[in-house]
Amino acid sequence: MKSFNLEKFFASKSAAFVLPFIATVLLFAIWELAVILLKIPPFNLPAPTNIFQSMVTFAPQILANSLRTLWTTMLGFALAVLVGVILGFMIGYSRVAYLTMYPLLVAFNTIPKAAIVPLLAIWFGANAIPATITAFLLAFFPIAVNVALGLDTVEPEMKDVLRSLGATQVETFQKVGWPHTLPYIFASLKIAASFAFIGTVISESVASNAGLGYLIVQATADFNVPLAFAALIVLAIMGVILYGFFVFLEKKVIYWAR
Amino acid sequence: MVQPIVDPTSPDSRSLDTAPLLEFDRVGLEYPFEGSMRRIIEEVTLSIRPSEFVSFVGPSGCGKTSILRMVSGLSPAPIGQIRYRGQKINKPLKNVGIAFQNPVLLPWRNTLNNVMLPLEIVQPYKRTFNQQKEQYIRMAQDLLSTVRLQDFQKQYPWQLSGGMRQRASLCRALIHQPEILLLDEPFGALDAFTREEMWTMLQALWMRVKCVGILITHDLREAVFLSDKVYVMSPRPSSIIYTETIDLPRPRTLEMELSDEFNHYFSNIRRHIHHN
Ligand SMILES: Nc1ncnc2c1ncn2[C@@H]1O[C@H](COP(=O)(O)OP(=O)(O)O)[C@@H](O)[C@H]1O
Ligand SMILES: [Mg+2]
Repeated sequence: MKSFNLEKFFASKSAAFVLPFIATVLLFAIWELAVILLKIPPFNLPAPTNIFQSMVTFAPQILANSLRTLWTTMLGFALAVLVGVILGFMIGYSRVAYLTMYPLLVAFNTIPKAAIVPLLAIWFGANAIPATITAFLLAFFPIAVNVALGLDTVEPEMKDVLRSLGATQVETFQKVGWPHTLPYIFASLKIAASFAFIGTVISESVASNAGLGYLIVQATADFNVPLAFAALIVLAIMGVILYGFFVFLEKKVIYWAR
Repeated sequence: MVQPIVDPTSPDSRSLDTAPLLEFDRVGLEYPFEGSMRRIIEEVTLSIRPSEFVSFVGPSGCGKTSILRMVSGLSPAPIGQIRYRGQKINKPLKNVGIAFQNPVLLPWRNTLNNVMLPLEIVQPYKRTFNQQKEQYIRMAQDLLSTVRLQDFQKQYPWQLSGGMRQRASLCRALIHQPEILLLDEPFGALDAFTREEMWTMLQALWMRVKCVGILITHDLREAVFLSDKVYVMSPRPSSIIYTETIDLPRPRTLEMELSDEFNHYFSNIRRHIHHN
């Protein structure tokens, strides 16, 4: 019989997949047992089996609403990346931009976005636009801050080396500023992706005509708690997939970072 | 036109030139401190000939780093002036090489590409970078073999030891054939064994390029080993309190460190360092 080396397994790549999988299965098992043993009624906390049943029964609705949430989030997120990166570079490179915009950004970021959604709904109607904007509003801030932080952490000695070579602003950006900031951008993308999902769902649950947030609100109004949970689980899965995608991309693009 | 790396045996126009390359003319420095100005450098007047290697030693805070910043033009002298070929330095000079205690290599570039960075920025290399890349790569490889890094060209900074990074950093400072090499305690973070090894390698590099070398160091032996002239600075407000001319033949070897002559220079300088 082959001996199984636990240490080696923990260090391996497959452990990163197997362990979370085991943890999830375990969580569902305990959950299922708790619901059965404590006799919790399904409209309080449905058992996982109940949720999966509901997932199958309502598959078409869940799929349609998931797609809506997905593209809304992706659109808001894409805008956030664009604006966040540009804003971050402005704040990072220009002292004037930093002084004028940073306090505003912080103040704006403090506003609970759920409070803005009704306004957005008045302006744009109960459709995908408020959701896209909310996703954007939640996601761009961490990106902008991280980009600015990345630029700020270029070693002063490196700046001196470049200045003494007579490097132009553009060269400095190209050769040092941009690559140096990439790890910070990737770190922020992972957070911002989750924030974008949160933004979309908040908006959908307040003012929308479709999406997982909308579905959850509708389901709970009908006391269809298993369906609400099914939607939540789908949402979590999408979040994890997007996060994993950025981790993958990060490893490919900034293989040199450690 | 691309200049080849200077052959130390051939007559070099730079070393035939005897007019000073750099002149410090009553250079002073002060910074605001608790509401008034605090004098850091009282007055420094001296001149440095082409391809001369000088060191500045002195207590911490006496303005050594500031002197390098003033020479490079990164922060021009606020009092008095430093002239480069007769011209007052009031903005960053283009043809200098700099290395610090922190080697600041770019982590996304391998050793070879780190060394080649200046060629992508400084003229005339930049203009012909793409056409002459092969030749430039050979120039970089040449320097890298001088510091015995030829087998580490493809390695990334995190795969190199501290001493190796510093050697790569020196190559980067010299690849574009600067007229002035500025070194701010470049070996301060290295252990004694590595440091002495670095002296010989720095000397070898410098003898290839034959530029002015200005070294800031805490290590008096390092100053003697590498320099033609050692300037000793007093505590703040500082001035040059002693100058020692080192007449040891080049290339200097680590064995020379044991010679009476070397120790004579060392103790002359040591005697002028104040402790307070
Ligand atoms: N930008 C600055 N503003 C204010 N004081 C400074 C500045 N740069 C250096 N100093 C002061 O000048 C003195 C000399 O600094 P430095 O040249 O770094 O000394 P050294 O390299 O000899 O240790 C120090 O006391 C330092 O506090
Ligand atoms: Mg210093």
